[in-house]
Amino acid sequence: MTDKVLTANRLSDGISVWLDAAGTWNTSLQEAFVARHKEAVEALEATGKQAFADNKVVDVNVVDVEEVDGVLRPLRMRERIRAGGPTIPYAAGYAGLNATRSVVA
Amino acid sequence: MYRYDEFDHAFVNDRVAQFRDQVARRLSGELAEDAFKPLRLMNGVYLQLHAYMLRVAIPYGTLNSRQLRMLAHIARKYDRGYGHFTTRQNIQFNWPALSEIPDALADLASVEMHAIQTSGNCIRNVTADHFAGAAADEVADPRPYAEILRQWSSVHPEFSYLPRKFKIAVTGAERDRAAIQVHDIGLHLKKNDKGETGFAVYVGGGQGRTPMIAKKIRDFLPEEDLLSYTTAIVRVYNLHGRRDNKYKARIKILVHETGAEELARQVEVEFAELKNTELKLPDADIQAITSYFAPPALEPRAEGWANLAQWKKADSDFARWVHQNVQPHKHPDYGMVTISLKPIGGIPGDATDEQMEAVADIAEEYAFDEIRVSHEQNLILPHVALADLEPIYRALVATGLATANAGLITDIIACPGLDYCALANARSIPVAQEISNRFASADRQAEIGELKIKISGCINACGHHHVGHIGLLGVEKKGEELYQITLGGSGDENTSIGEIIGRGFEPEKVTDAIEVIVDTYLGLRLDQSENFLAAYRRVGPQPFKHALYGNAAAAA
Ligand code: HEM
Ligand code: SF4
Repeated sequence: MTDKVLTANRLSDGISVWLDAAGTWNTSLQEAFVARHKEAVEALEATGKQAFADNKVVDVNVVDVEEVDGVLRPLRMRERIRAGGPTIPYAAGYAGLNATRSVVA
Repeated sequence: MYRYDEFDHAFVNDRVAQFRDQVARRLSGELAEDAFKPLRLMNGVYLQLHAYMLRVAIPYGTLNSRQLRMLAHIARKYDRGYGHFTTRQNIQFNWPALSEIPDALADLASVEMHAIQTSGNCIRNVTADHFAGAAADEVADPRPYAEILRQWSSVHPEFSYLPRKFKIAVTGAERDRAAIQVHDIGLHLKKNDKGETGFAVYVGGGQGRTPMIAKKIRDFLPEEDLLSYTTAIVRVYNLHGRRDNKYKARIKILVHETGAEELARQVEVEFAELKNTELKLPDADIQAITSYFAPPALEPRAEGWANLAQWKKADSDFARWVHQNVQPHKHPDYGMVTISLKPIGGIPGDATDEQMEAVADIAEEYAFDEIRVSHEQNLILPHVALADLEPIYRALVATGLATANAGLITDIIACPGLDYCALANARSIPVAQEISNRFASADRQAEIGELKIKISGCINACGHHHVGHIGLLGVEKKGEELYQITLGGSGDENTSIGEIIGRGFEPEKVTDAIEVIVDTYLGLRLDQSENFLAAYRRVGPQPFKHALYGNAAAAA
């Protein structure tokens, strides 16, 4: 089975977040809780539904990831960019993605 | 420019208060997302990949310095210090927090701006020639009519829930700089033999997944009938537009399926009913609105000619900038300045808060307090004395806005693409940046001449790729980005939709492909006066196919 994580956008400011092992919505994909079997995925889905119903997050999705050298990498480019930020230096001082390691390439 | 009256102020402020209440109820959980989403969209708030996005309307692309400073303030206070000017003459902010958007809208209201009807299935921001009121070739200023349409269409009860979004563009010159033939309604303001003012009316143009060129259904509509005739068109559309299928819901599909002649007939039937109603525009009303757009008093500044000649001789970079970015004004001592938002390797259409402040200062000091946003994602100073060009240029250099590339290959239109947009299949901005870097040499750009590259990150075509001389469309293939190239598109008075040239290119190969196309053009043009589009129209796709894909493809 492909590994999966739960992602959404925070209701109040829209920032992309991932569900971590402590059950909180974390702004870093690398902190995400990884579901590696069916039951865990179902638990993610249920948590996502509840968080949406509780008006904490919007646009909740389970997405496919792989682990490469201990770094989580979404399979889809779209999700890689959601996790890393725009791939371009958009404002003075912006270092792009995670600055030190690129998850996009 | 148009100034709000008491009613306008009260209306916009009420809308801000209403939205503030809606946001508060959403954040407290009282309103669920399903109920809230249409409300936020009615106020220009989208959800993108990384955050919310706020789209602010800039009616017919006209701004004063105070308003531009407010946009800078919004960028600084509620966003990350920049904004993105769009092909619809609007601005988008990429990072506002939902909880703060009501404050941002209240700030905007204080300078007569808002985000109403920047989303949803209603009549959107009416766009116009960015050189309106200034261009030497203009018959009449299109903005008063755009403003009349704006007032008529704002929260129009009958037209708040159309089958799909509806876009109107107006030009006042033969040379169409507003791309009216790819809009739902395109209006070409002109005079008839008797010297009366009216419009040629085009309907059913559009881009998106089914690009269509509008059909002319009226050669000359008297100006007094503008609202009754437009109402007739939108009414026919509202009745018969395909509400059953989102992808067939635009008026272009209705025009295509019904036939332009039959549609025109239906419009005439409605129009006959509406012609002599309160929708008829009295001359006095047109005059009243027109007076808001009276051009500034332009004193003779004949000394500018000699100054200009001298400055040009002294500084070749300045000379190049004038040649490329300054165009003739109605008044011989003045020019229209294009402030390129396409620095080499930069992000098309983006401006920082500091740059916006700098442009506002320049406009206030030298340009009668007027700024325009062009659909090509640049800013315009419409009235500038030649005698002031040098100090303006220096001020632009200081803020990084003096790129001399208006209309050249690096003046690229690009939508936000997959770097921001939730609907995207591929990135647009990095592709634009790489092409820009590849063709950075000013001499090479000048040699190539006029060439419009337009890039969209998906088939919605926000980046106008269908009407690019060279268009690039990002698609997703097996999880990877791929760029399809179209050639021969154009969004002017001779509108054409670009033709797909062959299979797409991977991100790392697409700039090479553009270079092959450009070199092919340089090799076959008759002389330097034959620009890319003219050459393409003369020779067709074969030489380009051959150069890109070899003999086999060319024979196919
Ligand atoms: C949140 C970001 C955006 C979303 C969700 C969005 C959505 C869409 C969609 C769905 C269409 C297709 C409409 C149709 O074919 O019926 C469209 C068309 C268009 N959009 Fe956007 N867009 C976005 C950003 C932009 C930007 C940044 C620009 C300007 C740079 C823009 C300008 C246009 C234009 C010019 C068209 C084509 C004209 C037409 O409607 O036929 N949009 N957009
Ligand atoms: S063309 Fe597609 S990717 Fe680009 S802004 Fe429009 S919807 Fe987004």
